[in-house]
Amino acid sequence: MDRMETICIMCPMGCSLTVESDGGNISVKGNTCLRGKVYGENEFTSPKRVVTSLVRLEDGGVVSVKTNGLIPKSMIGDILRTIKDVRVKKPVHIGDIIIKDVLNTGVDVVATSVREQ
Amino acid sequence: MYNYDVIVIGGGSAGMSAALEARKNGAEKVAILERDSRLGGILNQCIHNGFGLHYFKEELTGPEYANKFVKLVDESDIDVYLDTLVTSMTKDKKIVAVNPVDGVMNMTAKAVVLAMGCRERTAGAIAMPGSRPAGIYTAGMAQRLANIDGYLVGKKVVILGSGDIGLIMARRMTFEGAKVLAVLELMPYSSGLKRNIVQCLEDYNIPLYYSHTVTRAKGKNRLEGIYYAPVDENRRPILEQEKYIECDTLLLSVGLIPANDMALALGVETDPVTGSMAVDERRETSIEGIFASGNVLHVHDLVDNVSEESAIAGRYAGEYSKGVRENGRPYSVKASSGVRYALPQKVYSGEGKVKIFFRVGNIYKNAKLVVKSGDNVIFTKKYMILSPGEMEYVLLDKSSLSGDVSIALEV
Amino acid sequence: MYDVIIIGGGVVGASALREAVSYGMKALLLEADDDVATGTSRANSGIIHAGYDAKPNSLKAKFNVRGNALCYELAGELGIDAKRIGSLVVSTKEGLKGLEDLEKRGKENGVDVKIIRREEILRIEKNVADDIEYALYAKDGGIISPYKFTIALADNAVINGGEVILESKVVKIDNNGGKFTVYTENGKSYETKIVVNSAGGHANDINAMLGDEIYDTEFRRGDYFVLDTKEAKNISTVLFPLPDERGKGVLVAPTVDGNVIYGPTSIKVESIEDTGVTGEGLDIIRASVTKSYKCPNYRNVIRVYAGVRSIVGGDFVIKWSDKVDNYFILAGICSPGLTSAPAIGEYVAKEIADRLGKKEKKKLIPNKRTKHFASMSVDELNELVKEDPRWCKIVCRCEKVSEKEIVEAINSPVKATSVDAVKRRARAGMGRCGGGFCAPDVMEIIARELDIPLTAVKKGGKNSNIAVSYVKEDGIDV
Repeated sequence: MDRMETICIMCPMGCSLTVESDGGNISVKGNTCLRGKVYGENEFTSPKRVVTSLVRLEDGGVVSVKTNGLIPKSMIGDILRTIKDVRVKKPVHIGDIIIKDVLNTGVDVVATSVREQ
Repeated sequence: MYNYDVIVIGGGSAGMSAALEARKNGAEKVAILERDSRLGGILNQCIHNGFGLHYFKEELTGPEYANKFVKLVDESDIDVYLDTLVTSMTKDKKIVAVNPVDGVMNMTAKAVVLAMGCRERTAGAIAMPGSRPAGIYTAGMAQRLANIDGYLVGKKVVILGSGDIGLIMARRMTFEGAKVLAVLELMPYSSGLKRNIVQCLEDYNIPLYYSHTVTRAKGKNRLEGIYYAPVDENRRPILEQEKYIECDTLLLSVGLIPANDMALALGVETDPVTGSMAVDERRETSIEGIFASGNVLHVHDLVDNVSEESAIAGRYAGEYSKGVRENGRPYSVKASSGVRYALPQKVYSGEGKVKIFFRVGNIYKNAKLVVKSGDNVIFTKKYMILSPGEMEYVLLDKSSLSGDVSIALEV
Repeated sequence: MYDVIIIGGGVVGASALREAVSYGMKALLLEADDDVATGTSRANSGIIHAGYDAKPNSLKAKFNVRGNALCYELAGELGIDAKRIGSLVVSTKEGLKGLEDLEKRGKENGVDVKIIRREEILRIEKNVADDIEYALYAKDGGIISPYKFTIALADNAVINGGEVILESKVVKIDNNGGKFTVYTENGKSYETKIVVNSAGGHANDINAMLGDEIYDTEFRRGDYFVLDTKEAKNISTVLFPLPDERGKGVLVAPTVDGNVIYGPTSIKVESIEDTGVTGEGLDIIRASVTKSYKCPNYRNVIRVYAGVRSIVGGDFVIKWSDKVDNYFILAGICSPGLTSAPAIGEYVAKEIADRLGKKEKKKLIPNKRTKHFASMSVDELNELVKEDPRWCKIVCRCEKVSEKEIVEAINSPVKATSVDAVKRRARAGMGRCGGGFCAPDVMEIIARELDIPLTAVKKGGKNSNIAVSYVKEDGIDV
């Protein structure tokens, strides 16, 4: 049986959740509302995050980037390591695609700040 | 030449919002004085996401949030002075400012909005024992070096303080190649957002030790490690239980202090709890025509609230510059019994609603908030939880005001 | 071949170098660290002592009294501030006897001192504690920045032909009868006729290299609080409690740069390197300050620091070696060492000049007083900004330090190559934000001026690099 403990982030209550699965059914304990149950289930089955990071510029410096959608939490490390090897040329503008469809997630890594020439 | 209707000091989220709103509300000549070489303030280095959900109804990173305002300022006829530092200001709103292009500028304004933000409390300010080698920095300085300049300040990191900046930096340092060994929190709870505790620490198995503090730093030129210990109920370290962690970096996230020194020097009235200016609902300070908003007034959790508050300050600064004055009857607002502070500290009788922000002093569960005006209870609300880390607000009918306002908790 | 090599760039060494230069000697100062004034001369009270405290006829008394006069005299030539704000040793009714003893000692030392009563005390300092009844007032007490003083002495020596070489830890000295060869850690060597040991807490290391006497040395740490400039309005003089066997006690004083300090403690430590402030030390200060001062305000603390002084017996050691010819030893220069430094330098140089047969003392070119944005008039600023716009580019907002001042500090006669070295000269980062805002900007200016990568910029001292790598240079462990 799989089991996970986490804190619900849906409101300042911060309920301590215990999520368990016997293979089929998922049970959430410790939540005090329905939002907490849904949160617990999602965190257990397919936690997702937006990743923000920095890409090096070709002639020194960095520009900030993010994934323009949620990616599986388990892929954060691989995405960061992909970003690590990329070098970008100025100028960069907000929304410029830095890596298209990063690691086949269907999500792009885009610039979030401006670096003029 | 430098005569303005409204001068806004500070070009971060507060300043830009105030300037835009002042321009919309009567002020024809508006200037922003910004000490950095671009607008946006500290948002430029807050490259994580989570901004704007309230104000723009979408989730943005700091630079993206800032940029929305920068565009509006660029499209407006507001004069922006960059690399500009205000060196003095008088009660009658004469401002001396300098920058490398214009030199010394003697400026005048009919109204001023103070929007200088805040600064971080340092190892010195908390009188942290131990040596002062390289490797001990405020979290914000490490954030700037990483996110603006692209450099890491260390590889093995301990963070003191679990405020949002500390939590955010734990994840940032991890993402950029450092190992974060622990986060220590003096209090038995975190003042950071729950979301940040989960997504910045738990996601990466970074331990958070509540009721712990750094007892001393070790290392001559470069930090070699820190000693830390649990604290007793008076927050004094229990030295018998002191432990040691080897690390090359200690980041401090131990509080933000409004950068209001210039205003305080003018003798403006202050709120003893926020340590900053007391303002009325229009965000006017006790000095006529000098308004204030954003983190220079009180430290906000969300930039969305800064933008909203600054729009209020900007609007009334704009109106003030055109001669509009408040003529409602003033009532003081006082926080008590569990409510640490409330802002604004003064409201007026009249039409419409007024929003009062407040922050509690501890974690309260199932507490009832009671707002009185004079002897009348004008508002109550039950909260399942109230936490010092989350600023709350109540919306009051101005028509219900009949006396000084008190905001208190019944637990 | 040098006439003299001075080992150690504290205030005494810098003063000796400058005086040696005035006799036309070819003189070199070797400093182990990356700046002068990084040891005891950096972290002390910065007091110009009047001279009532030292035992009559001691070296401390002699050099203190002469040094007091010289500090004020030299400040102008060196382009720094020395403020004669007077000092008070305060006591309750019960302490009168102690004050009378001090007064007697002071008069024997030739110091202008007098005992005054509360009424008169309040005219000098309104914030003495309520139960203070008497005070010993010395009008010649004052304040000076100990590190700026040291730096200015070294700078002045350099512009007058002296040499200062930093990052040169002395590791070996060969004595070939009439000629010394001094070897440094970085593989260089220098020949000289005379060696002066002004290595402060490391004096015994140098003595050991030459087979000289090892002094029984005690190290004592002094902790301090530094307060925001906002507190300066509350204190106008140097306020001491009655001294006891451990020293002059915890004082309250303004600094020349507009801050206020509370301290020092006097805590026995193992070595000169033990400069870490302790909670215990800070508690001692908190408990002591209130005895003399009415309004301590720890909310306005912006920094704490500690310095270690070395003590050899009851007096300074200032003498030619008994064992090694042409070797001059300075050791145990604890309080009032800062005040005494110019007089010690004067004495040492005269001794060496006599030995080398150099009689003429030349007039030295004075230092140019560095300009500071914060203390300039608008007109002056308007003129300067036309020549160089960097005068109006403010880098340190707390202390209002312009980029131009930082560039000048970096390129001063004794170059400032670290963030701390810039801070000591230009005050960038000395304010309430502790450099949190401006340190990255200062780093960038240093990197640009010295043409080094940002990762090579140090806070101060070996391995003290602030930016250690680019982001994502190593593996990412997520």
